[in-house]
Order: sequence, then C-alpha cells, then structure tokens
Amino acid sequence: MAEAALDAHEHPETNTGMSNSKLALWVFLGSECLLFGGLISTYLLYRNETNGGPTASDVFEIPFTSVSSFVLLLSSLTMVLALSALRRGDETRNRIWLLTTAMLGAVFVGGQVYEFTAFLREGLGFTTSPFSSAFYTLTGFHGVHVSVGIVMLMSLVVVSLKGDLSKERAETVELIGLYWHFVDVVWIFIFTVVYLTV
Amino acid sequence: MAITEEATKELTKGDAVAATVEQPLGILTRPTSTKGWKSWLTTVDHKRIGILYGGAALLFFVLGGLEALAMRIQLATPNGTFLSAETYNQVFTMHGVTMIFLVAMPMAAAFANYLIPLQIGARDVAFPRLNALSFWIFLGGGLFLVSSQFIGGWWSNAPDCGWFCYQPNGGVIFSPSRGVDYYAIGLQITGIASLISAVNLIVTCLNMRTRGMSMFRMPVLTWMLLVTQFLLLFAIPVITVGLFLLMFARLFDAQFFNVAAGAEPLLWQHLFWIFGHPEVYILVLPAFGIVSEVIPTFSRKPIFGYSFMVFSGIAIGFMGWGVWAHHMFASGLGPISVAAFSLSTMFIAVPTGVKILNWLATMWGGKLTFNTPMLFAVAVVSMFTIGGLSGVTHAMAAVDTQQTDTYYIVAHFHYVVFGGIINGLFAGFYFWWPKVFGYKLNEKLGKTNFWLMIIGMNLTFGPMHILGLQGMSRRYYTYSGGYGFELWNMVVSIGAFTIALGVLTFIINIFYSKRKAAELPPVGPDPWDSRSLEWMISSPPPDHNFDEPIDVHGLDEFWHRKYGYDDDGKVIAFATAAEVAQTGDRTDVHLPSPSYWPIVVATGLPIIGYGLIYSLWLCVVGGLFVVTGLFGWAQEPADDPNAVHDDHDEPGDDGDDAQGASALEQSSTEEMSVDG
Repeated sequence: MAEAALDAHEHPETNTGMSNSKLALWVFLGSECLLFGGLISTYLLYRNETNGGPTASDVFEIPFTSVSSFVLLLSSLTMVLALSALRRGDETRNRIWLLTTAMLGAVFVGGQVYEFTAFLREGLGFTTSPFSSAFYTLTGFHGVHVSVGIVMLMSLVVVSLKGDLSKERAETVELIGLYWHFVDVVWIFIFTVVYLTV
Repeated sequence: MAITEEATKELTKGDAVAATVEQPLGILTRPTSTKGWKSWLTTVDHKRIGILYGGAALLFFVLGGLEALAMRIQLATPNGTFLSAETYNQVFTMHGVTMIFLVAMPMAAAFANYLIPLQIGARDVAFPRLNALSFWIFLGGGLFLVSSQFIGGWWSNAPDCGWFCYQPNGGVIFSPSRGVDYYAIGLQITGIASLISAVNLIVTCLNMRTRGMSMFRMPVLTWMLLVTQFLLLFAIPVITVGLFLLMFARLFDAQFFNVAAGAEPLLWQHLFWIFGHPEVYILVLPAFGIVSEVIPTFSRKPIFGYSFMVFSGIAIGFMGWGVWAHHMFASGLGPISVAAFSLSTMFIAVPTGVKILNWLATMWGGKLTFNTPMLFAVAVVSMFTIGGLSGVTHAMAAVDTQQTDTYYIVAHFHYVVFGGIINGLFAGFYFWWPKVFGYKLNEKLGKTNFWLMIIGMNLTFGPMHILGLQGMSRRYYTYSGGYGFELWNMVVSIGAFTIALGVLTFIINIFYSKRKAAELPPVGPDPWDSRSLEWMISSPPPDHNFDEPIDVHGLDEFWHRKYGYDDDGKVIAFATAAEVAQTGDRTDVHLPSPSYWPIVVATGLPIIGYGLIYSLWLCVVGGLFVVTGLFGWAQEPADDPNAVHDDHDEPGDDGDDAQGASALEQSSTEEMSVDG
C-alpha cells in the first residue's frame, strides 16, 4: 500500500493506513480506559463505606440523573450529525450540530453541578466518607472530561466561523467526536455502576 | 516573554531548516535558529530531544548517587550520626524516586527518542512538538521534585515516605511536612510527560516505518522500547489515579486512606503495584533491547532467535500485569491470592529466561570482541541473572514473608536496577556515543569505568543479601553494634564509593575523549561494523536523518548490504560501510519547525504544582502559561509554511506528515493537561 502510493509520486501513507492523529487518539483513549478503570474500582471498593453519612440510596435521584444521562447520550447523535454534515461539505449544518452537541454537554454538566449541590445540602460533602470522596472524584473526573470536550467543540465552532473548517479537515471533527463518544461510553459505565446498582 | 528572533543564521552542512521569512504569530515570532543554546529550548528534533533527556537524566543520576553515598556514610559504622532520622527518611525516599523516575525512565526515553526513528528509517517521531513537550514537562516535574530538598529549609520538606509511599503512612498525620505533596504532584507531572511520550512513540513505531520495514524487521531494541511504551500507556493512568487520591486526601481532606472512616489501606498498595510491577519492566526492557543490539554486533552473529526475543518481550509485557501482588505477600491477602500470584511470578521468569538463553546463544561460537560496550552488556546478562534468581525466591510466599523489608529485598532489586538497567544503559552510552556525538569514548578509561562499577556493585549489593538474611531491616537510619552487621555494612559503603569512582571515570571520559577526538580520524558512519539502520548515516546524523528513504528487505538490513554469502555459505564482505551509508549532506529537506510553545506549556505545570501546595493564586499563573501555550500551539502550524520547501514531490520529503496533526496535538494536550 505504502509502496503503491510512493510509486504514484504521492506523499507516503502511514503504515497502518490510519492517520497519525487518529491512531494517537485511539492509543490515548486506551490509556483513559485505565484511568477510569482505577477510579471506578476505587468507587466500587468504597460505595458502602459511608462513615455514618448519607448512603447512595439516601441521596441519588435516579429519574433526574436518567434524564441528564439521556441528554449526554443524545449529544453523541448530534456529534455524528455534525461530522456527516461536514463530510457532505455543509459547513453551516456542521456548525449548528457542533453547537448543539456542546450545549447538550453543557446541560449535562449543569445537571451534575445541580446534583452535587443537592447532595451537599443533604449532608454528603467531599470529605464526609470514603464513599463520598470516591463518588465526587469519579463523577468529577468525568465532568472535567465532558467540559474539556465542550471547550474543544466550541473551538471547532470558532475555527469554522473563521472559515477554516472545510470538508478536507473533517478528520479533526471526527477525532474530537471520537473523544466525545468515548466520554459518553464511560458515562454509561459510571451510570450503571454508580446509580443503577444502588 | 521577551524572546526575540535571531535575525541571521548560518547555513551549514546538514542544516536543513533554512527559514528565510519571518512570520509573526501573536507576541512570539516563530523560532528558526538551529544553532546556539536558545535553539535547544525550541528544538523539535527527536535527536536533540534525546540528548536533552540523556543530559538531564545524567545530572539527576549524579544527584541520586550523592544521596546514596550520604546513606552509606551514615550506615558505614554502628550508631552513625551523619544524618538524622528525619533526614535519612527523606534521603532514601529521594534516592529511590530520583533513580527510578528521573534517571532510569528518562534515560530510556533518551534512547527511545534518539534511536527509534533512526532504527525504523523515519524522518522524525510522529508528533515532534509533543515530543518536545514531553521532555520539558519531564524536566519541570523533575526539578519540582528536587526543589523540595531546599524549599522551606534544607532537607526538611522532601518526601519521606519511601518511593512507594504506603498509606496511611504518607498521610498528613504521619508525614506532616509538604514532602508527600511534592511526591504526589511531582510524579503526576512526570507521568504526563511519560504518557504523551508513550502515545507519540507508539504511533511512530506503528505508522512511520520506512518502506519494507515490517514490524518483524524492526530491531529488537525498537521492539522492546515499543513494548515499554505500551506498558507506560496503561500503567501511568493507574498511578495517576493513586496519586490523585493521595493528593486529594492530603490537600482537601478526602477520606480515601482514613482507616477510621472505613477506608481500606490496601487500596493504595494495589494501585501502586498495579503500576509498580509493570514499571519494573518499563525500566528493564529498554536495557534488554540495548543488550540485544550490542551483543550481536560484538559477537559478529545475528541475534539468536529474533522472534523469540520479540515474543518473550511481548509476553513479559502481558504477564507483567499479573504479578503485582507479590509485592504485598506480607499484607495478609489470603491464601488464594498468594498462591495465584506466587504461580504467576514463577511463570514470568520463563520469558526472561528465554532472553538470557538467547543472548548466551548469540555469543556462543561468535567472534567475540570484549570492548567496553560488550563488557557492560555481558555484565547485564550475568548480574541481571543474579537479580532475577533472587527475584524468583520471592515467588515463594513463605520465603518472601521472611525477607520483606529486609536488606535482602534491597539487594535483589539493586541487582535488577543496577546490574540490569544501569549496566545496560552504560552499554548503550559506549555503543551509541560515536553515533550521537561523532567521537568514541576512550577504551582504557571505559574499561576502568567498567571494572570499578562491576566490582563496586558486587561489593555494594552482594553483602546486602547476607545483611538481609541476618535480619537487618531496610530503611533503619542506624543500627547498634554487636549484631554482626558491622563488617558487611562497611563493605557495602566501600562498594558504594567504588561505584561513585566508576561514574566519575565515565564523566572524565566524556571530556577527555572529546578533547582527544580532535586528533583522531572521524569515526565515520559505522565504527562498530553494526547491523541496523542508524549506522547507515553519518555520525552524528544530519537533522533530516536520511537523505533518501531506505528500502528494507530483511532483518539487519544494513549488515546485509555490507555482507553476503559465497557458494560455500561463507560470509564475504562485498561493500564497505562508507560505500553503503548515506552522506547526510542533503540540504533541501523540509522539516518540522522549532516552536516556543512546548516549553511555555510545560513551564505552567510545576507552577500549578507549587500553587496547589502554597497558594492557589500560583495555580492561576500556571494555568495562564498552559492556556497561553496551548492557544499559541493551536494557532501555529506544525510546519512553518515560510520555511524552504522546494522539492515537494521528492520521495523522502515527508515533512508534511505532522501537518494534519496540529488539531489533534492541540486537543490531546488539552485533555492531558486537564487530567494532570
């Protein structure tokens, strides 16, 4: 494959056929799996260590979190729509869907902040118990990941408004989409392990 | 930020980035210089970054060595008074942390950075600016850790919980100084560096090989370094989780290690050793790779069982994840866990044994040359075997329980880290020195260096086995007379100073050989008559590595271009290295341009670290550095569009490889810096 491309006097392709950036992102996401694996394990170890403070079933509000989880998962759909719009060359729709994705993400993060303050009022502080520390650390790390994703999506919107995000650079959107989907998948695990197994 | 552009630059041979037009990018204009000390701050050349890694690691090596000497002065005689108990705790902790995280790992990174692209025939690594970022983050983290020794008083604020910093012993109650905070934050910073570097080098190995360089034609060193990067990729996040828990517990009163509140003290041990055991292989596999290059060259034979070498390395990479709890036999895991981890620990000796056997079989019947690199390589084979064998004794849980936290353990892992890793790195220094710097290190001084170090290490670490079996605990700052510890402790201390003399000889050798080199003929591309691609280009290699991409037809491509077989199957030389090698004088290759941004981003992280410890306002300052750096980075194309680029369609002009990467570089570093 690489030889054929060189014979045609084109730039050499990569050995795997996947661009360096995309391969790097996959490799990095592999590393992220272990990061969340460690945090989820910590939570599982401590979920019943409430130290006399509120327990999971005392504070969790499953319907509320289900809705915000649905919002986050919906944002994966809009992310796909953004990419497919750009692949068609429709930069306007790409911008709209990117913005929608970012907003859905922001709604999720907002829900998380609301949830945290509600828990705090019910007496579940960060330092209350091993359970609370593990819970806030795990969901907080995820929230930071979503927020970083929002920043990247908004950067894409700005780049697009400047006219620098054309069809040819669809891979950039694809990569940030990959990251976004990964963060969503991680949330499916967290939601199942943390909320649904109370 | 008064960094100004150098107005003029000299064009010299091999000087490939001939930028002629200045392009202002915000407040900073793009650096173009490839000369002078300033160019080292902005370089993205993998070879220069490799040298930076090596130089920094060597400085930290001297520092860690001085700490070892201080401990040996203290312990040379009973009731020593050279160090107080508090200082001693800090000194042994910093010795361990420095040697592992600031010497062995970056030294391996030096070899990885310098040699992987050359050995696979690539122009550079996949993401040159990320590569520079890795180095500067590592250096920042290292200096941050070391600064704990004098900020807030001389040796009063350094970590004092041992390199594995068991909890709750490392908590605020038992370790009230800021030392453990430095430990938790400093290792997170160096971890970010390792992670970025791992991603970068994995992509380089998988994606940037030259024509015909299939995975199973890569030299064993590159293979071992690739396995190492995968181990780093998956091990670093685990320690990162542990370090975050520790940091939150110490700084924000999180309850992760508060046993009174129901926390589990073994959590830290598990997180640490799930990282810590792969870490052992992260440290030793690069040394194995170096030995696998040196021994074939000086045995004048190809490596015995190449595929066994590669697969045993991969096997070690997998099995390394299943043995961590053998560090915790004394913690009461329960009989089933102990039995399972005993077995897996015995099994992992098998692939390591395969490697030892293959090195011996490579030497068997070869035309051996015992010069300095070969001596160090043979020292790895023999000394590491001793460390490996004493390691297998720990697989017996009953024996291990007896030996836990005695000097026997210290003896065992020093035979691994000094006997295996340091000897391996020194073999690498002597072997690739002419390639990197263009002159050979002096043989006589080299052999003096070798013998001082090999005798010194056996005097130092050999008697520790006996001391441990006699019952002397590690980490005691002093001992009373009359227990039979006096003689061996004195021997150990004498040995430690012998090693120090050896290292001093090495440093003298560097300067002596450099001065002498002017009188000697140039070393040429291939001073050792070697086998792999890095010897196929002038020494030192030009900025652009290779004039033309190399077509690879098999393992040991370069050797097969020099030698063949006649009708009787005898080896005949049909070309000299000078005829085969490339001259490296091409000047029209377009290369990734230097950049200020990696060092700007990296500067922010230690500032954030100090901020977390002393004043959150500093975090804002550090955060500004990171954000400004990332913003500038994102605005700047990987390649300077104004740099000379007049042969766009020439094969080999793959400088554009990184172009589409800038967006990802931006996004992935953003994530990483937030994680960190």
